[in-house]
Amino acid sequence: MKLTLGPLLYYWSREDTLAFYAEAAAWPVDVVYLGETVCSRRHLLRLADWLEVAARLRDAGKAVVLSTQTLIESESDLKALRKMVANGAYAIEANEFGAVRLCAEAGVPYVAGPALNVYNPDTLALLREAGATRWVPPVEMPHAMLKAMTVPQGMETELFAYGRLPLAFSARCFTARHYNLQKDDCQFRCIEHADGLDLKTREGEAFLTLNGIQTQSAKIHTLAHRLAEARALGVTHLRLSPQSRHMGRVVGIFDALRQETLAPMAAAEQLQKWVPGEPCDGYWLGRPGLDYAPSESLN
Amino acid sequence: MSDTQPLLELICPAGSLPALKAAVDHGADGVYLGLKDNTNARNFAGLNFDDKSLAEGIRYAQARGRKVLMALNTYPQPQTLKRWHAAVDKAAELGVNAIILADPGLMAYARKVHPELRLHLSVQGSATSYEAIHFYRERFGIQRAVLPRVLSLAQVENVIRNTPVEIELFGFGGLCVMVEGRCLLSSYACGDSPNTFGACSPGHAVRWQQTPQGMETRLNGILIDRYADHEKAGYPTLCKGRFAVQGETYYALEEPTSLNSMEMLPEMLKIGIAAIKIEGRQRSPAYVAQVTQVWRAAIDAVKRNVDAFQIQPHWTAQLTKVSEGSMHTLGAYNRPWK
Repeated sequence: MKLTLGPLLYYWSREDTLAFYAEAAAWPVDVVYLGETVCSRRHLLRLADWLEVAARLRDAGKAVVLSTQTLIESESDLKALRKMVANGAYAIEANEFGAVRLCAEAGVPYVAGPALNVYNPDTLALLREAGATRWVPPVEMPHAMLKAMTVPQGMETELFAYGRLPLAFSARCFTARHYNLQKDDCQFRCIEHADGLDLKTREGEAFLTLNGIQTQSAKIHTLAHRLAEARALGVTHLRLSPQSRHMGRVVGIFDALRQETLAPMAAAEQLQKWVPGEPCDGYWLGRPGLDYAPSESLN
Repeated sequence: MSDTQPLLELICPAGSLPALKAAVDHGADGVYLGLKDNTNARNFAGLNFDDKSLAEGIRYAQARGRKVLMALNTYPQPQTLKRWHAAVDKAAELGVNAIILADPGLMAYARKVHPELRLHLSVQGSATSYEAIHFYRERFGIQRAVLPRVLSLAQVENVIRNTPVEIELFGFGGLCVMVEGRCLLSSYACGDSPNTFGACSPGHAVRWQQTPQGMETRLNGILIDRYADHEKAGYPTLCKGRFAVQGETYYALEEPTSLNSMEMLPEMLKIGIAAIKIEGRQRSPAYVAQVTQVWRAAIDAVKRNVDAFQIQPHWTAQLTKVSEGSMHTLGAYNRPWK
């Protein structure tokens, strides 16, 4: 199985972002997704900057995919999208159907991203015909549903295997709301929260994470202990979602796992040292996403 | 946009046969409804239509020259795909005026098996740009798209200028703060999501509990809110709870509000909005009657004389009386052009 580094979902300073990808060049990941998928106001890296990062990663032997914005609102969003699709060098991760159409029209190979809501084989086959080469199931898709999917010939399957779950998108910005700011005058406060803003219940339970217009889980979804189950279903790629600290350690653990130099439960245990929250694997089991039942096995 | 396109059709919710009749009797141009299962995004106990009420509803509406639109707007899953196909077949057989779909695979099925059946793109399809709408039109011939409540009216106008597909907007009712079709909060908390199960924060996961700290509402054990004695406890829809962020407890995602875009009707008419949708299939026939009646009057008034259009105080009073939390908002529509 190949390891991929998913798109960076947070907003970091230009220096931190570049430093992160400079490090990533040395990590044992096979594919790196680049680009801003959450908010069009985040501007510290433009397409030209991402392409420079992409070139360095490609020189380091990584396959690079450029990820498109998930919520397209304005004509300038579309302009940026068209420019990305026309980059001429890298594949695209399409995160809404406008991007699918543009890629299909231009004959650009693309990954069908997790927000496309592919829940059945008919839709998957249709995307394959329209030029998709890989798909990422919705993060809520359980093992049993994935097992029942017919994956077309030549289509790769990438599972969201590690990180805070991207759960929802809104037209409103919850980080700006927290600071009593208008979205259009948000002062880019996301930059102060390298792994998002924690949202707790009134009895102090970590529940969600605010990341601008995106809402994530508070818990860290991890399938480290379930690689064998994923492999048995024909999963070809595992997506690891970036966090601000210890990401190299996380990648290292998954790499040891796929090479079978580390046992699954030992890996899950080791991982806990580098994870910024409680683990969960409920979605994979067909249960509430926040559940964690590592000893429950699936066949 | 061609001259033959409809303008400001009034599309009202029908969660039951009595609600359907109330909508038709009070001036809806069309109603939308769903079956009693997870093929639609209002899968609540006691709601929706079986074969008999569906046939009667279609007869009642169409005999009066009104349209029936059937929502099949959840995402079919491999183990139960046949249920969605059967629902499409039933819609075609009974002669509904259109089906409202979100899933491309299901659109392909409808297009192939029932090429005469009119297709609308559901709000659950999350299409916010004309490029996305082109995708559904070119491949499946959709004739109308319902836009998520995300775009400003200027952005909606830009969509309309760039596609021949009719555009339908939400005008009134409960407001999802998240983009429809792009929200998994409910399945994260309790296992059932709108995409696959057809409901958010479902009743079976809800618990109300009086405690010394006040009335607590929980979803699968997660504390969504706690109410002091003087506060009215609301249903624990999880985006509408009070949570703590950096030590401050507030409505971190959304306050309980409802959408009312009536004051934008003149603008909506001018830019060519084909239809206005009223939310609320879970509401009573009396609610549907009231809201339909007011919106019928408002749409007739704006069409009679767009420049003289004024919201009548008794319309507002009538709507305020029935709306949740009695708060109105224009939602995203009034954001300035970027």
